[in-house]
Amino acid sequence: MSLLRTAFPLVLAALFWPGAAVAAEPPPRTVPDTMAQRVMACTLCHGKEGRATNAGYFPRIAGKPAGYLYNQLTHFRDGRRQNPGMATLLDNLSDSYLREIADHFAGLDLPYPPPQTVNPPRDQLARGEALIRRGDPARQLPACADCHGQALTGRQPAIPGLLGLPRDYLIGQLGAWQTGLRHAHAPDCMAQIAKGLTPDDAGALATWLSAQPLPADTHAVAPSAQPLPMRCGSVAR
Amino acid sequence: MNAANPAVVRRLLAVALGAALLLLVTLAVLIVRQLSAEALPPLTAAPAPADPALVARGAYLARAGNCAACHTARGGLPYAGGRGIDTPFGTVFAGNLTPDPEHGLGRWSADAFWRALHHGQSRDGRLLYPAFPYTSFTQISREDSDALHAFLRSLPPVAMPNRPHALRFPYRTQAALAVWRALYFEPGGFQPDPTQPADWNRGAYLVRGLAHCAACHAPRDALGGVAAGREFDGGLMAGQGWYAPSLRSRFEAGLADWAAQDIVDLLKTGVAHGGTGAAKGAAMGPMAEVVFHSTQHLSDADLRAMARYLRGLGPDAAAPPPAAPRAASAQLTLGQRVYEAQCTDCHGAQGEGARQAYPPLAGNRALTLASAVNPVQAVLNGGFAPATAGNPRPYGMPPYRTLLSDAEIAAVITYARQSWGNQAAAVSPLEVQRLR
Repeated sequence: MSLLRTAFPLVLAALFWPGAAVAAEPPPRTVPDTMAQRVMACTLCHGKEGRATNAGYFPRIAGKPAGYLYNQLTHFRDGRRQNPGMATLLDNLSDSYLREIADHFAGLDLPYPPPQTVNPPRDQLARGEALIRRGDPARQLPACADCHGQALTGRQPAIPGLLGLPRDYLIGQLGAWQTGLRHAHAPDCMAQIAKGLTPDDAGALATWLSAQPLPADTHAVAPSAQPLPMRCGSVAR
Repeated sequence: MNAANPAVVRRLLAVALGAALLLLVTLAVLIVRQLSAEALPPLTAAPAPADPALVARGAYLARAGNCAACHTARGGLPYAGGRGIDTPFGTVFAGNLTPDPEHGLGRWSADAFWRALHHGQSRDGRLLYPAFPYTSFTQISREDSDALHAFLRSLPPVAMPNRPHALRFPYRTQAALAVWRALYFEPGGFQPDPTQPADWNRGAYLVRGLAHCAACHAPRDALGGVAAGREFDGGLMAGQGWYAPSLRSRFEAGLADWAAQDIVDLLKTGVAHGGTGAAKGAAMGPMAEVVFHSTQHLSDADLRAMARYLRGLGPDAAAPPPAAPRAASAQLTLGQRVYEAQCTDCHGAQGEGARQAYPPLAGNRALTLASAVNPVQAVLNGGFAPATAGNPRPYGMPPYRTLLSDAEIAAVITYARQSWGNQAAAVSPLEVQRLR
């Protein structure tokens, strides 16, 4: 009885205490303690799990080589690539966390959507394919495939695949290298190459690349045993 | 009406004229006094290398003052300057603090450096723009100034020219600065309060001086000045489009009701959980930058001292803001639809948030501030809490800039500001459009 007598006022107090109203609010939930949950800030634009969509400008990031993704994250944060949205998002993230984010997306092995460009103009295809496969030695343009892999699925650890990207995005990047809005670590081989391309070259390359279906094996190939045709600061790192 | 007596009119006129003249003369004297500072002699011989302990102490103080955040351009070399600070009067470009003799502080003696912090004057005697927060730095002790000077001199010199400021007339003139200083600036060292314990005084020294919290958290008038005693009452950061909330008001970011440990956690890790697992507060926008570059690196003792001082700032006597009128039902319906599609996965159907990850929105003071610029920024641009040693893998909020229209963003914020007990004012699409 004495226990009840002691407890009763406590129960009353608990019921009418201002804090009781707070206790009635739903408690915070828990979300998975995973990288996938953490990087939902990225996937709203870059597509579910970073696999992009055929709509819009945002590139696929899932399955790209980790070194490439890490370089791009630090480029955006440190102003070597210009995108205010990306810079704001990454401003206060550490190198080690950016590395972890890069590793997360690089480790995703997800199917690709069908190519975005359908019924491309024939002359553009021929011009694009010639540059991709053979380059233009007269203009000191190496073939894209020499570095990005014969299947154009990229090369470990830091050269990206070129397939499965929106045409607008590809043209945007070549243009950004030409105008100096996009930089890579020096020596910036891609800037040098892009500056040797005419607008028609860039259009033809983007058309051909965005019209290709992915090969059966979509993975980036192993690092090259041979030296690459140019010195590239991104790869040396 | 009686005709005015001409003799009285003449006398009144004479008095008014005299008063105006006196005012002009006083102003002229003040301006001349402000402008009469002389150049300090340049350092000619390199001074002996400083004591490594002094340099280390200076490095710590530079973190506390977050000097690098303004004096480093995005992707630029540390302390080489070049970052633009947008103000209502134009853009001020932070200077090169490396010891380059031509472009940096290579010829600045410890005296010249001290005078810049304490009096807001350059080595050549020119008045400095108060975007360099000497209104706070004037409280820095000579000892700390010398340590900062020794640290900056230890940096590798960078021959990067200073970018000229892009300020409008008349704000860019020395005379305008002289007037501004006469109105708003009084050089003065830190005066400890003998009735308060040492850690309170240490906290006051950091918060009011080196950490220059008032540079953002103070309301500013049309000339960018801060009224005495209102240093922590909250202010719109005009050039940045963020609102730095009051550190005193219970309805903003007042800390009187917070446990000291929660304040320390927020400054050290970027988030405070209040022991419940639900975020009590998280640093966002410019404050995330402050935590990332500055406060996470401070010693626990200094953070505890700052917490002690900050807790004592409030609460002010402000009455609770009146409950805002209910938004139009069409806006709330749209807002609810957007909320359910985009927000519930993380923030919960009842705005309850998620443990250790996403802040609750019910009762969230950052959401219900009178000015809605911060929630608009958060939805437009997204963001991560700063990655700190105490919270190395923060969760992120996506930017909705490309996915949602101005009307949808205004609606979803309005819905959250008027749900689960929140009673803040509706947000208009125009307010969103202004920050795009």
